[in-house]
Amino acid sequence: MTLLKHEFKQGFKSLAVWTAAIGAFLAVCVFMYPEMENEMQDMSHMFSSMGAFTAAFGMDRLNFGELTGFYAIECGNILGLGGAFFSSLLAAGILSKEEKGQTAEFLLAHPIGRKKLLAEKLAAVFLQIAGLHLLAFALAAASIALIGQEIPVKEIGLLHLANFLAQLELACICFGVSAFLRRSGLGVGLGIAAVLYFLNILSNITEQAKFLKYLTPFAYAEGADILADGRLDGEKILLGMGLSAVGVGAAFWKYCRKDIQ
Amino acid sequence: MNAIEMTNLTKFYGKARGILNVNLMVEEGECFGFIGPNGAGKSTAIRTLLGLIRPTSGQARIFGRDIRREKTRILSETGYLPSETAFYPGMKVGDILKLSADLRKKDCAAEARRLCQRLNLDVNRRADELSLGNKKKAAIVCAFQHCPRLLILDEPTSGLDPLMQREFFTIIKEQNQAGATVFLSSHVLSEIQQNCARAAVIREGRIIACDRVEALAQSQTKRVSLRGSVSLDGLPGVRSRTEIDGALHFLYDGDMNRLLQTLAAGNVADLSVTEPDLEEIFFHYYEKGGEEK
Repeated sequence: MTLLKHEFKQGFKSLAVWTAAIGAFLAVCVFMYPEMENEMQDMSHMFSSMGAFTAAFGMDRLNFGELTGFYAIECGNILGLGGAFFSSLLAAGILSKEEKGQTAEFLLAHPIGRKKLLAEKLAAVFLQIAGLHLLAFALAAASIALIGQEIPVKEIGLLHLANFLAQLELACICFGVSAFLRRSGLGVGLGIAAVLYFLNILSNITEQAKFLKYLTPFAYAEGADILADGRLDGEKILLGMGLSAVGVGAAFWKYCRKDIQ
Repeated sequence: MNAIEMTNLTKFYGKARGILNVNLMVEEGECFGFIGPNGAGKSTAIRTLLGLIRPTSGQARIFGRDIRREKTRILSETGYLPSETAFYPGMKVGDILKLSADLRKKDCAAEARRLCQRLNLDVNRRADELSLGNKKKAAIVCAFQHCPRLLILDEPTSGLDPLMQREFFTIIKEQNQAGATVFLSSHVLSEIQQNCARAAVIREGRIIACDRVEALAQSQTKRVSLRGSVSLDGLPGVRSRTEIDGALHFLYDGDMNRLLQTLAAGNVADLSVTEPDLEEIFFHYYEKGGEEK
């Protein structure tokens, strides 16, 4: 638990900044909703007639006139993308930063096995992502209550849960990559999150790219699908868990054999 | 019991040589020196012992335990002082010492306080603001505060001023007298000569000599200094020949009778034949490649 606590302390500032930024943007968007509510019907009509762009972001299937529809788009953009970048950056750097900062020698000269080190670092990543999501959910729910709307607990809960699971998957993939890196994981983390995000957009635009839905965790965090179905896509989440296991397995395989520089 | 035992330990980084068939034994309670120039393989051998890198072939044991299978147990009894020290940014020295103790699941507060006092180290300073010397002191406390059974010290005095170096070696002596085994890697030969009973010389990844420090110094090689006119041309075994202020100095490891005959044939005004110091022996090993022992 020592390393877990250490990682949490080390990452606390970054977590606080990302959580504050994401939470604040979510709240601001929710506060804008009452003013925009009346114009939303027209906007929905406008957005639904923008062709591929509409499909790309799932706006053809969402009703902007309702809080849940409005929130799904907002949540997808702010929590979905912001949280994905946070999770990817965190996980891609969690192992590589030790070699980049030359602290690996200090750490690994202590009696902590590499498997235990990996387990505690992964737990630290998960906990920080969970912390971000819990606070973001609390801020979103509080904002909705503040504008006098009834909190759609199920819908909002499912949207947040889906994003949380998607970001755990991203983190697992980046964690696997981190074990292979000796330098900063910054570029790799951002790159992985961005590529997987655009794969989902691509799969929304064209039928031929629909199979990409099975490769990217953003697919099962799609607000339009979650609201339409009233549930999460278990099949895609299960597949995502498989990819997560591959990422974590790769990290354990590589890092337990790695020569530390 | 042997504290350290390396058997044909070899490490290649891809095709690049790290260490080659290193065989070395350090007895428990010894203060053992490990000498070699930069890039000779000292750090590679140490990092292999600590499990930071995997050996390509061969084996090593610490206190009879295999370095790969029982690494965690070994590390719990080992204190390691790396040649270059890096700590986590933003942490205070005190936090780092606490982290190190916590990772060992030990309360080392009293010993850490005592060492910080002796080394004049302020625990409230941020690690990323420390000078090289103070970073080294923090690393020393991390390596010593849990009173380890084995101390592995890699170029330990770099960055320390002479007074601190003296205090540091006093601490090492105390730990050694208390029963700790010390494995001291250095290219500062006087450190080895003054503090170690036995030493090994490593060159280009191979151990080229391993003996008591006195024995290494008392090899066949002699340091000869003379004034006068003597022709050394054609005399085998003459090395490191220099002329300073009219005096001729050289190392000699050839036949002593031939040296005397050569000197007698010349005109010698003054002569001294002495034991060379370890530094000269070492450079002899280094320049000639030495012979494997």
